[in-house]
Amino acid sequence: MNARKEIFAKPERCTACMSCVIACGVEHSKGKSLFAACTEKPAPRSRIYIEWTAPERKTPILCRHCEDAPCMHACIVGAITQGDDGVVTTDNDRCIGCWTCVMVCPYGVIGRHAELKKSYRCDRCPGREVPACVSSCPTGALVFGSVEEFSKGSRRNAAEEFAKGERK
Amino acid sequence: MSTDKDYSSRSIDPAIQQMLGKAESLGVKTVWDRHAAMQPQCGFGETGLCCRHCLQGPCRINPFGEEPRTGICGASADTMVARGLDRAIAAGTAAHSGHARHLAHTMLKLSQGKTPDYSIKDPTKLRAVAKRIGVAVDGRKDLEIAGDVARAALADFGEKDSFVTWATSIVNEPRAKVLLGLGIVPKGIDFEISEIMHRTLYGVDADPVNLLLAGLRCSVADLAGCYMGTDLADILFGTPAPVVTQANLGTLKADAVNIAMHGHNPVLSELIVAKAQDMEKEAKAAGATGINVVGICCTGNEIMMRHGIPSCTHSVSQEMAIVTGALDAMVVDYQCIMPSVVNVAECADTRIITTMDICKIAGAEHVAFSEEQAGAKAKEIIAMAIGAFKARKGKPVFIPAITQKVVAGFSVEAIVAALRKVDAKDPLKPLVDNIKAGNIRGVCLFAGCNNVKVPQDLGFVSIARKLLKENVLVVATGCGAGALMRHGFMDPANVDALCGPGLKAVLTAIGQANGLGGPLPPVLHMGSCVDNSRAVALAVAVAGYLGVDVDKIPVVASAAEAVSEKAVSIGAYAVAAGLPTHVGVMIPVLGSPLVTSVLTDKVRGLTGGYFIVDTNPETAAASLLAAIDERRKGLGL
Repeated sequence: MNARKEIFAKPERCTACMSCVIACGVEHSKGKSLFAACTEKPAPRSRIYIEWTAPERKTPILCRHCEDAPCMHACIVGAITQGDDGVVTTDNDRCIGCWTCVMVCPYGVIGRHAELKKSYRCDRCPGREVPACVSSCPTGALVFGSVEEFSKGSRRNAAEEFAKGERK
Repeated sequence: MSTDKDYSSRSIDPAIQQMLGKAESLGVKTVWDRHAAMQPQCGFGETGLCCRHCLQGPCRINPFGEEPRTGICGASADTMVARGLDRAIAAGTAAHSGHARHLAHTMLKLSQGKTPDYSIKDPTKLRAVAKRIGVAVDGRKDLEIAGDVARAALADFGEKDSFVTWATSIVNEPRAKVLLGLGIVPKGIDFEISEIMHRTLYGVDADPVNLLLAGLRCSVADLAGCYMGTDLADILFGTPAPVVTQANLGTLKADAVNIAMHGHNPVLSELIVAKAQDMEKEAKAAGATGINVVGICCTGNEIMMRHGIPSCTHSVSQEMAIVTGALDAMVVDYQCIMPSVVNVAECADTRIITTMDICKIAGAEHVAFSEEQAGAKAKEIIAMAIGAFKARKGKPVFIPAITQKVVAGFSVEAIVAALRKVDAKDPLKPLVDNIKAGNIRGVCLFAGCNNVKVPQDLGFVSIARKLLKENVLVVATGCGAGALMRHGFMDPANVDALCGPGLKAVLTAIGQANGLGGPLPPVLHMGSCVDNSRAVALAVAVAGYLGVDVDKIPVVASAAEAVSEKAVSIGAYAVAAGLPTHVGVMIPVLGSPLVTSVLTDKVRGLTGGYFIVDTNPETAAASLLAAIDERRKGLGL
């Protein structure tokens, strides 16, 4: 069985070009093209955000689909569930728009859809092998892979840094 | 060689498909590879919602209505998009009119006796143009008139007391009234370009409609520049008349010195064509069978129209001419020359020779061309090509054995001359009568480039095929003409297969009246991209004959695979002239609902023209036909 995949961010690679924001909006539009999405009503909503911290760090932030998701526990009507694939989903039919999930989310990635009066967030692009934001990133700042793969990469980087220090 | 791979998503030209296989086996990166590496492209740029006009930026506005909703200065999406579009129109105008100004300087120097290698090849057109713009002709020598015409042309660039002569003298009265009423008659060509740069500066014009009207005025200046370019080139080098020639990569010859003229201005390419004939002996001494000059892009169209020089390839496939390994020199002037040709040439021993001060490419050889020493410079360039041939001689080449017959050379003068054989007294009558009778349902101009985003030629070929079957008379310029010629649309033998019965009868009748023993070609080649002016002249003449404005006649245009900002300015002047104008790729305006609705709808209430933006050739063809039928209905046909 394949290890469960997550969307990881590498802030040092992010240029805040916002290509992921656009791709996410398009993926969540009815027309599935940028040009159709521009004119759709209601306008599609992006579910990924780029936050800037001084002096020049840009960090992509999106739903972490927490294993022990606070939003899921907090939802007063039980609209939020976690599937076998780990994706945390809100059932729109049950969502009452009370924004309790917004209050408890440590990442601030649950949005308010004004027209639908429902919450929305990253759904990991059902039907896509690789989420739209990851596919669209021109610098490799977003990675779709397992915790194990990501950690392995980090360990290798650390080992390289270690070796560099040793050679000095 | 991997020729079995399917390259139809890149180009539908079989010669180019063969070269793509060769390029891939050689590891040569082409425009298609670079396009793939560029994916995904930035959505802000695609929608026009990116602004770099000041140092507080770059700014980008969210296309879905969320934050950021304005630029840092407060510019709305509508303002940002309109400013960007205006700058594209100004750039296109600068290019076409720069080309025209180059010709005007050449003509002025000729009149002053400074350019022994040039002459007045069409004194009849010189006098016709002079009369049209109010230069005295009676009892004067050609060179005196030419000097005054050149000075009048140069005077059209700056601001002066009167409007741009090449704008006011080329439209009929009803259209002049429309343009004057909208305040979109240009005061000076450079003036309009400069004013666009001013008003799109940080903190100037922030009224999208005002910006768009200025863009339209600049586009009329572009039309003036194009028209001037055509007029002066015809005077200096001759007005095209029908010629029979060939197109596609098969026009390269393994054992000849192959020189591709690439770019736009006939000021250089005319001289190369002339001097190549003088240097056959040197080529033969080097072991070649001779000198084979071919064209790429619009300078190729210029020398094809006037001398029947074959066209090698066009636009997006320019690198492929080098990939054959048979091209000894690619000689370029300016516009549409991909800097990548230098890298591709490294793999093929082709010499890339730049010639113009404003267009040098790192890695190319530069020969500073001047009109005063034109002949000597042309010979120097040809000698370099012969040198390259010596180095190439005996090495393997791969030239696809693919050529198409082309009948080109349909200037307005040539079309009228052909019609005169049908009706000597009233040459436009047969054309207009056939439009009225429905044998010709309407006219469509195909113009513009090949865009890497479209499988090369697919847009042009699909739409033209459908329109010809529906009896639409098709004319073409630029790389649109290039696309259609490489697929046999300019071979009279294909009239039967391509054209509907009404159109076929008309093309056959005109062909036979002219002693051709057969029809005119299915598509009439009207020239290079500045020669879109010829299509406007034809439309103005037909409208004048019918006694109506241009926006009433069943004439449409399509830039099915546009690339250059020049295509944007041409599209804008086609709309200003009153034509429904199709663009087959997305233009960066969709981020503004207002600009989009003005361009595709509301401008119709102002000029009668409008844009049809549609990337699907089938539905685009249907829209063009619907626009033609709507106008026929308006005329009671």
